[in-house]
Amino acid sequence: MKTIRGKVYVVRDDIDTDQIIPAQYLNLVPTIPEEYAKLGSYALCGLPDEYPAFVAQGQAKGLYPIIIAGRNFGCGSSREHAPIALGAAGVKAVIAESYARIFFRNAVATGELYPFETPNRLCDNLKTGDEVEIDISASNFKVIGTGAVYPLQELGAVAPVVEAGGIFAYARKSGIIG
Amino acid sequence: MGMTITEKILAKAAGKACLGPGDNVWVKVDILLTHDVCGPGTIGVFHREFGANARVWNPSGVVIIPDHYIFTADQKAHRNVDTLRSFVKQQGLPYFYDPGTRTYKGVCHVALPEEGHVRPGEVIFGTDSHTCTHGALGAFATGIGNTDAGFILGTGKLLIKVPKTLRFRIEGTIPEYLMAKDIILRIIGDIGFDGASYCAMEFTGEAIRRLSIEERMTICNMAIEAGGKNGIIEPDDKTFAYVQQRSRKPFEAIYGDGNSRVESERVYDAATLEPCVAEPHVPSNYATARSRREVKLDRAYIGSCTGGKLTDFLAAARILRGRKVTIPTFLVPATTEVAEGLIREEIHGKSLVQIFADAGCEDIAPPSCAACLGGPEDTYGRTRSNEAVISTTNRNFPGRMGSKQSRIYLASPLTVAASAVAGHIEDPRDYL
Repeated sequence: MKTIRGKVYVVRDDIDTDQIIPAQYLNLVPTIPEEYAKLGSYALCGLPDEYPAFVAQGQAKGLYPIIIAGRNFGCGSSREHAPIALGAAGVKAVIAESYARIFFRNAVATGELYPFETPNRLCDNLKTGDEVEIDISASNFKVIGTGAVYPLQELGAVAPVVEAGGIFAYARKSGIIG
Repeated sequence: MGMTITEKILAKAAGKACLGPGDNVWVKVDILLTHDVCGPGTIGVFHREFGANARVWNPSGVVIIPDHYIFTADQKAHRNVDTLRSFVKQQGLPYFYDPGTRTYKGVCHVALPEEGHVRPGEVIFGTDSHTCTHGALGAFATGIGNTDAGFILGTGKLLIKVPKTLRFRIEGTIPEYLMAKDIILRIIGDIGFDGASYCAMEFTGEAIRRLSIEERMTICNMAIEAGGKNGIIEPDDKTFAYVQQRSRKPFEAIYGDGNSRVESERVYDAATLEPCVAEPHVPSNYATARSRREVKLDRAYIGSCTGGKLTDFLAAARILRGRKVTIPTFLVPATTEVAEGLIREEIHGKSLVQIFADAGCEDIAPPSCAACLGGPEDTYGRTRSNEAVISTTNRNFPGRMGSKQSRIYLASPLTVAASAVAGHIEDPRDYL
């Protein structure tokens, strides 16, 4: 049973990729290891000021391996820097009501994080700092404090790609490319 | 059952007689577009996965147009353009529009068709979400990330899901105060910011056929602002005239079947649409311009792949001729070709450059993406505090033009120009 456990960071609808990684940091190239790490330190710094900092000043990673979101997470730009910044900041999974198409695909192609979808509007039920445990094989997750269990949509063909570490690793593993 | 234009282009590229929404197919790629902010990462993926000595699948299928961070002192931005230069040299790529040289163009989505790299019926991927612009010429075009682009560089193919089609039929004639921007902002307002997620947005009808190619580009450009995978308009004589002036490569125009099945169809009469704005902070936040006259503005901005084409500046000049702006008004032509047009084109014997200077606009900036997406600290026109900006660009997200506190209102060039004169949001009808 593969699980992801940790504190959640809660955001609402229409979190665009400019908020996930503002354009001024797109001068960083994700395939350069130190710039990959730097992208992580800026993850979600474009959120409006009423949100708490996702990564504390001077830190390389955040405290939250799981993001809870509303609708249309990752809308806007096709910048792959967005799932990469989240992955570099230590995010293992996002649980959203829905995703923008390109973000979802980039999350899978890079293998940076699991983009789970849920029928529940969890951004109204959970608050930043709550602890949850995702059971990937059972497609659900449990809120540790209350014991409540919520369903996740099955990832289907997407899960093995993320697990392999992205589309290239998956393609090699499964013999699609040499 | 027949197929839509999007399905038929993908079927051809996949070597299949027919396919339908939801099918996953490998398509052959005609053009891969990249630029300075995603090109270096794409090249990094390509070399990491295919080896240091790997060759791209087809040098003339790769088009590299640096445009985002050009006029900046940022050292990493310069390094990134150098990375592109070395790659172009190593791979012998014929289509590179190098900053600081005579080949420099500016904004990739205006440059790509201008330079003849967009042809009807072709499949275009780009490492930029506004790649959907190129559906205006009857191509399938969509934005992708660096990893997928790296895969294309090595193989010339990509696995994609065939989208459902949402059809938007715009009928009637277009009033002189209405622009393509008003049409697409109204559609996005109606269906919502994620109203076309994973879908093709097909635009058709008499009013669409009446639009110029540049205006059609404005419509398709913003398909992504409703979550669309691609925007597309069937080619016609205007398309062929535009393409044949710029490309000698043969192409096969593709049209949808008469009995094609679409997910939904919405019909609009252009004559009933109104000049409008999208209020902060999502492009679906529709309001008519005349209902928002109380909104005081600090700045106006005309530029970008959406609103920095020659047609956009001609529209603004119609209003600004003989008038003065009352707020700082920033002008950034999308490409060098547009910039030349501003000198060449005249209204009643006055060049656009002269009209804008007489109106008191800021000096015209060199072509690039500039403040449309904020960018490095020294980017021209970047917002600094809580400015209210009216802009011909495509996104009004928090912080999109620089400062998180600034508020961006998206509008047509006519509405932006009228508002620049008034100092508040203004309906252009009284100014024409």
